[in-house]
Parts: sequence; structure tokens; C-alpha cells
Amino acid sequence: MQLRKITIASGLALALSFSSAFAGGSKPAVSFGTTITEADIAAWDIDIQTATGKGLPSGSGSVAEGKALFEMQCVACHGVDAAGGSQYGSMVGGKRPLTGGGYPHASILFDYIRRAMPMNAPQSLSNDEVYALTAYIYALNEFIPQDAVLDAESLASIQMPVHVRDGFIVDDRPDTAATRCMEDC
Amino acid sequence: MKKDQKVLSATSSGTPEKYSEHMAHEQGAVKSTSRRSFLGSAASAVAAATVVSTSSAIANPLEVQPSSKSMGRTTVPQGYGMPSKYEDHVTRNRTDVYVNKQNYSDWSMTPIQHQQGIITPNGLIFERHHAGIPDIDPDTHELVIHGMVRQPMRYTMDNLMRYPSVSKFHFMECSGNGLTDWLAVKSKTVQQTHGLLSCSQFTGVPLSWLLDEVGLESGAKWLLFEGADGSAHARSIPLDKALDDVMLVFASGGEMLRPENGYPLRAFIPGWEGNTSVKWLRRIKVSDQPWHLRSETARYTDPMPEGKFRQFSMEMECKSVITNPSGGMQMQGPGLYELQGFAWSGNGTVKAVDITTDGGRSWRTADLEGPVLDKCLTRFRYRWNWDGGPAKIASRAVDSTGYVQPTVAELAENRRIAGFVQHHNGIFPWAINTKGEVSNAIA
Ligand code: HEC
Repeated sequence: MQLRKITIASGLALALSFSSAFAGGSKPAVSFGTTITEADIAAWDIDIQTATGKGLPSGSGSVAEGKALFEMQCVACHGVDAAGGSQYGSMVGGKRPLTGGGYPHASILFDYIRRAMPMNAPQSLSNDEVYALTAYIYALNEFIPQDAVLDAESLASIQMPVHVRDGFIVDDRPDTAATRCMEDC
Repeated sequence: MKKDQKVLSATSSGTPEKYSEHMAHEQGAVKSTSRRSFLGSAASAVAAATVVSTSSAIANPLEVQPSSKSMGRTTVPQGYGMPSKYEDHVTRNRTDVYVNKQNYSDWSMTPIQHQQGIITPNGLIFERHHAGIPDIDPDTHELVIHGMVRQPMRYTMDNLMRYPSVSKFHFMECSGNGLTDWLAVKSKTVQQTHGLLSCSQFTGVPLSWLLDEVGLESGAKWLLFEGADGSAHARSIPLDKALDDVMLVFASGGEMLRPENGYPLRAFIPGWEGNTSVKWLRRIKVSDQPWHLRSETARYTDPMPEGKFRQFSMEMECKSVITNPSGGMQMQGPGLYELQGFAWSGNGTVKAVDITTDGGRSWRTADLEGPVLDKCLTRFRYRWNWDGGPAKIASRAVDSTGYVQPTVAELAENRRIAGFVQHHNGIFPWAINTKGEVSNAIA
């Protein structure tokens, strides 16, 4: 890295003071970043607010398209019908569909496939393809019919099973009140 | 005996009876502060040597060692120093209990039984990746901050490193540390039970400075941190914490981050579960609500009664463990041992550590070794004269909020201990049998 490179301060000199954990150093009245527009961030701006579906892009995909894609790009690791393969267990069935702690909001699956799958070529799928794969996996789990087509609106409107949707509590720790017994404990 | 199984502070061989007698005396004489116990142990080593030499009548003359009779290796023009070849058993190891089908979304653990101070060497800091380790060129890496801000900004590494920087000592622990050993003995060593734990001095820029620059819009409450790796690992972080003590770090332990720890840039969130300190950080987005991503619903949640899951359980609560002696080690005969270990809390400083050697019936207070820092590993030491009988040893830490490290039974009163259970900060016992074998005694 060229540490000798001189960066010109961009002229934003906001000197608001923050009270924070950094004793010896208040914010310097400089800015070394450069401005950017939301348009220029578009390729990185892949997150979905999954509770509301905010951020879901335009595009659509069907269960049938998803099945075809899955068999080409996903089956090697996830197995036929996503029932478990060489690299990961089943994504179908079970009390909490899609393993682990569950997907309380339907858009979680879209967000995850778009950011992380296929694992050997992440962020390579088009939005239509991500909709199609999402539809296929939800159809395998019988949340949507076999002839479903998903887009931003229809995906956000899928209601997950109630025990999954309402299956979360916010952090309520400390949840123990141990005492410091020293003798005859 | 394999080197990695030896109890580190074990007494040397010699005359066990006299030795232990002497040590029993010495133990009584040494009192609390770390300074004094250091002096005390130096004095006792000298005394012990005297005891041993007067009692061995057989001649055993020293020979001049080969290293004294030869030239060593040359100073190379340039290079990166590595540990002694005799230390090659000190490695970061993957879990040997929960075997993943692939090793891209996987983890490896720090050999804390070999860690001699509060700082974890960079090459031994634990790893957790979700899509392997990228090798990112710092000249091409950029961070953007956008969303509910007045002016979105982009920062190159040169930009970020031009700011005044801060350095802070902190531990980092994975929420899954201990996940294999709740109700049954699964792991052998403390590396496997507690090695998703490391500590370093982290250097970077306070995030609050950059948030000040972009200007938060009113209503802003949450941030998304997102990595530039193949998993684009992301977490929702409350703004309060971000403004308090979150850093964007580029260095640990005096050098640039290692690739596996986020080179060239990661978030660092003191006291919180490691995965929130997103590595290879490329993007921060400001919003009014959390994202509820797979990493915060299907992963990194805690099973609770009635099939529920606890979400956004970020703090790593107060915890401690004895690292010496610990699982898989072999005691060197009765006598004095210094029980050593680490205590830490994501909610403050360590106030005290208690030790039991009788399975929790009685407890004695250990010495804390300075520095005792906020959200940082703290080393404790306790001198114990092992009588050679069966024993069960454990540590219990108390932090500056008054929170006392609970037992697994106490944790299980409110949580569901089933499956992939996170946030195991329970008291962790080791058993010692009459042969001196030390083993995991969690159940
Ligand atoms: C190279 C192997 C590989 C390929 C190819 C692959 N995956 Fe994955 N997938 C994985 C692994 C491994 C995980 C678990 C990652 C983790 O938990 O960190 C995973 C996780 C997932 C999950 C989350 C499952 C859950 O229980 O939460 C979904 C959904 C998924 N993959 C969909 C897909 C889709 C769709 C494709 C094809 C476009 C695909 N994957 C291709 C390896 C692969």
C-alpha cells in the first residue's frame, strides 16, 4: 500500500463532538473520505429489510425456473430436491423449515441466496434467478404452490408458519443471578 | 509425554515428598498481590532447587551443549520470524467434535492452554468464516457508508489510515464458544472447549468519527455491517453501541490484520459476540430498523423454552476458565501447582475470580494479574498444593456489574440446552484423578 500517497481532505469539516469510549482522541475536524452517490453504490446495495421486504428488487421467477436452476447450480452441494447433499444438510421439512433457528420473514431466503449462494460463485445470480430459486425452495417446503411466481410484492406477502414468525424473543439477559457462595456450597 | 499435555507450571522431578512439604509451606507464606506472588514464586524456585540438589547424591555433571559449540543460524536480510520448531504443537485447530461437511463455513480454535499472557499471537487468533478467507488487496479495498445519512461517503484504506488512530486491548469471543460441551463431555482440551476466544490490542478509527462525517438523519437507529467476502456476512448493529466504542480496525497485535481476521479492514465491537465484528468490512448502511438476516434468525440465536429463540444476544457475559492444568494434561506428581486461567466480561472489567478444588463445595479467591482492562482477558493465578487425590477444579468470575459466572444448571433454568446452543458462559470444571490425568468434567 502506498502510505506516502497524499489524500486531499474533501472539505467536509464537521466538528461535532461525540462523547464516546475514546478518551485521548476527539474527532479531528477533517474528512479524508470522498463523496459517493447511492447510484454508484447500487452493485453493493444488496440488503433486504426482511421484516418489511424493503430493498427487494424488481424482477420475478417461477418455481419451475428455480427447479431447473437448482439442478444446475445447487444440487451438487445441496442434493436432489434440497434434501441434503455433499456440503450441507436438508433445507426441506422439519418443524423449523430451513435448518437452524428458522426464517421468520420470507425475504430472508432471498437476501441470503443473493448475498451468499451458490457458494462457489456468490453474487453471480440475476434477481430473476434469485426469485426463482426462492420460489423453488419455498415450494419444496409447501409454503407456496408449485405454479407460483415470486416477485417483490408476492414474496414479501408470504406468511411464515406462526410458530416460526413469533418464535423470537429479544435479548433479556442477564437471565441468571448466581451468588458468590464461598463455603458449604 | 507429548509436550502439549504437560502441565505448564509443573514442579520438576526430584524428591517429591520434601518438595511438596516445602511447597506447602511456601504456599501458606505467599499472599495476594500479583507483584508479591511473582516475587514469591521466584524465591520458591530458588529454594526448590536447593532442596533438590542437596538430596541428589549421584554425580550428574553438565556437558557443554551443542548450541554453545557451534555457530547458530545467520541473520537473514529480511524475513518474518517464526516460533521455535519445538513449539510446532502450538497450532490453531478446527473442532474435532462437530465436524463440518466443508471447511469454508467453518472455524478454528486458539490454543489457550499455551497462551502465556493476555495477548493472543496473531497467527493463533481464532477463526470463523462463512465462505473461506479472501485475500484482499488493500489498494483496491473500499468502505462505503450510506443509507439514512446526509452525504454517503467512500473511504480507501489510505483514507482510513490517515485519520488519527486509537489502540485498545480487548478480548474477542465467538458466541458458539463451548457449544459442544453443555450436558455431556465432548471435547478433550480447553482449546476445544474455550478456544473460540482471543485477545489483542486492536488499532483503528472510532466509527463515531465517520458517522459524524456522513451525518446521520433523524430516526437513524441501526447499522448494517457487511463484509467483502463470498458470504457477504452481515449483521444489524444498534446505533447506540456504534457511537459508544465500536472501531474500524486495520491492525491487531502491532501489525496489519491477518487475512483470516479481516485484512485489510474489519469492524471491532468490544465485548460482543465475534461475528458482529464483521471482517473484510466493505459497507455500512444506516437505517431505522434491524434487518433480520439469516445470520440473526437462523444463526447466532439462542434456543429458549417453548421452541423460541433469543435474538440479538450480543454481549458476551462474564466467564472464566482454568487453562493450566486443563483437559488432556498430565500432572507431574503431588505438590505445588499454580492454577492459571483467564477471566473476561463483555460488560466491563473482571472484579474477582474464585477457585474451587473440591468440585464447588468451597471456594477461595485467586490473584488477578494486571493489567485488568475493560472487556479484556484478565489472567488469574492460584497456588494449590495437590495432595495426589482425586480433585475437581474450576474457576468462577465476577465482573464490575456484580454479575457472577453461573453454573450450567443455573443457565439451563431459563434456556433450552438443545442443539446448537450459543453463549455458554457456565463454570467449567476439570477432574484430576489419582494418576494425575486431567479431564473435562462438565458432566
Ligand atoms: C459449493 C457448495 C454449494 C453450492 C454450489 C451451493 N450451496 Fe448453498 N450452501 C452451502 C453451504 C456450505 C451452506 C451453509 C453455509 C453456512 O451456514 O454458513 C449453504 C447454505 C445455503 C442456504 C441456507 C440454508 C439454511 O438452512 O439456512 C440456502 C438457502 C442455500 N445454500 C441455497 C443455495 C442455492 C439456491 C444454491 C444454488 C444457486 C446453492 N445454495 C449452491 C453450499 C453450497
